[in-house]
Amino acid sequence: MTLQFVLLVAAALFAIGIYGALSQQVVVMVMMGIELMINGVLLAGGALWWFLAPTPDGQTLLLVILAAMTVEMAMGFAVATVVHRSRNSDMTDSATDLAG
Amino acid sequence: MIVALIFWAFAALAVAGGIAVFVVNSMARATYALAVSFVAVGAMIVMLHLDYIGVITILMMLMEMAIMAVFMVMFMGMNPALMPMDMTHHKRRSVILAVVVFAVLVVAIFLIPWPARTGTPAADLTRSLGDAIMGTKMLVMLAISPVLFATIVAGLVLANPRGRYDRYGDQLDRRTTDGHPDPDDPVRGGIGR
Amino acid sequence: MSSPAAGGAVGAVVLLPLGVAVLALAVASVNGAVNARAEGGAVRDGFAAPVRETARLIRQQRRTLPGADSLLWRIAGAGLGIAAVLQVVVIPFGDVTFADLPVGLVWFNAIDVLLWALWWLLGWGANSTWSLVGGYRFLAQALSYEIPLMFALTAPAIGAGSLRLLDIQAAQQSVWFVVWMPVSFLIYVASVVAFSSWGPFQSAVGVDIGQGVLAELSGIDRLLVLGGRYAVLVAGAAFSVPLFFGGGSGPLLPGGIWVVVKTAVVLAGMLAVGRMVPTIRPDRLAEIAWVIVVPLVLVQLAVVAVIVAVNGGAL
Repeated sequence: MTLQFVLLVAAALFAIGIYGALSQQVVVMVMMGIELMINGVLLAGGALWWFLAPTPDGQTLLLVILAAMTVEMAMGFAVATVVHRSRNSDMTDSATDLAG
Repeated sequence: MIVALIFWAFAALAVAGGIAVFVVNSMARATYALAVSFVAVGAMIVMLHLDYIGVITILMMLMEMAIMAVFMVMFMGMNPALMPMDMTHHKRRSVILAVVVFAVLVVAIFLIPWPARTGTPAADLTRSLGDAIMGTKMLVMLAISPVLFATIVAGLVLANPRGRYDRYGDQLDRRTTDGHPDPDDPVRGGIGR
Repeated sequence: MSSPAAGGAVGAVVLLPLGVAVLALAVASVNGAVNARAEGGAVRDGFAAPVRETARLIRQQRRTLPGADSLLWRIAGAGLGIAAVLQVVVIPFGDVTFADLPVGLVWFNAIDVLLWALWWLLGWGANSTWSLVGGYRFLAQALSYEIPLMFALTAPAIGAGSLRLLDIQAAQQSVWFVVWMPVSFLIYVASVVAFSSWGPFQSAVGVDIGQGVLAELSGIDRLLVLGGRYAVLVAGAAFSVPLFFGGGSGPLLPGGIWVVVKTAVVLAGMLAVGRMVPTIRPDRLAEIAWVIVVPLVLVQLAVVAVIVAVNGGAL
């Protein structure tokens, strides 16, 4: 249980998340990929906190990551609901016109 | 030693759960594989002495996954277990990119000369977190709270299918003969509004 | 490993599940007896009904519908009882506690959220429409009770200034929290009944949808779920003791006994009141919970916070 080992696990989670977010067509599955990425970030944050600088400030940062996760989920579901209602589809490919 | 073994087990569980999300062909199994991954990460965070953050991660993620499964079933509209089909695109490119990212991160993890540990953990870490967010780090929470509130409002605005004009028509103060509000709802709420 | 720790581990693995099971059986028996009385049958038969049902279910062969997700289904079925034990394991019995978590209160909350997943998976895994309807009903109900429950749990934490159950119990030495946090307590108890899918909150297993989540369960699976329901009810009641009833404090008897006695009293109260209230539909509960109960519990929290601030601690 060293810093490097925990970061390795976090990197693996992050990489799996990237694969999911890029390869999946269903919006909810894309969200799962993003969740996994944030999951990795959370774990890495926890590891860096404990092994490098165990002060209260770092814990606050982890709370911010959790909040980011919440916002991601809530907005993701809301947008998915709107897309599904207006186009009867939950595939990212049918919503490419939303790209900026 | 035992602690290290437990940590390894959780690490394996977290990664295996993460992989399973994109391998299994059942919506429920994918969602709950992710939940398992999150619980394992939460447990690892607890083992990194962040009790509160770890348990709150488990709490939040179980709740999210329970809701996520509902959305999955609602939007998919069919059962991939009965009708197998590939719901992916750019699979090759995604794999390559994921592997490259992982490789870069691994190289970075082992090449970066991590600094020595500074500071000492507080005796009661949960209390110190509370003191931090109610004291020196209060601004962080003050910034998060309007963001969360805006998220609630925006989420409702986007997802709510029927506004009050859909419910009441042009006459927002429409009443029944006995003086109660008279919305055009398919199902009335519990307190008769 | 030192011997007290080993003794604690044995206690946690053997004693707690056994205790939860015995109390769960007792609640089921009393409920059966009251049922029998209401239907004009012999009280003794009703009292023995859960035992008879257990014997019947153990011998019954279990059946599965084609296409059922047996893995998730069985995990969820076994999970109810495990969740109950996981909740009880952090409860202090007097000064003795099997697992002294610094965040015991949040732990309880995390496990009760686990029940969301378990009930929905029970509905999903069976591959039956009525079961799935039951699972959805439970989630709809959970969305209503969870937010008030979380706020209700916050009140004892504010009162004691700690999330550790030993501290919360110690803060009630002069006045039990139930005295100055009655709203929190009522919401807590209602939520416990709700996450057990019991009494007025049993729409997930309602007879109008052919027992919903329970519809396809048979044999040992059914036994685990029926028992698990009562087990989480017991666990919730037991958890209210350190939160609101001063934990193991009491004259003469040792702390551990008092915890069990108080748990039994809370369970009796749940049984009595729960049977008097009609089943509440989840779609109605949502509006009641969010428009009436959430503001009430927020007022309760404000009162608690002001008392703690003025008094410089718990009453």
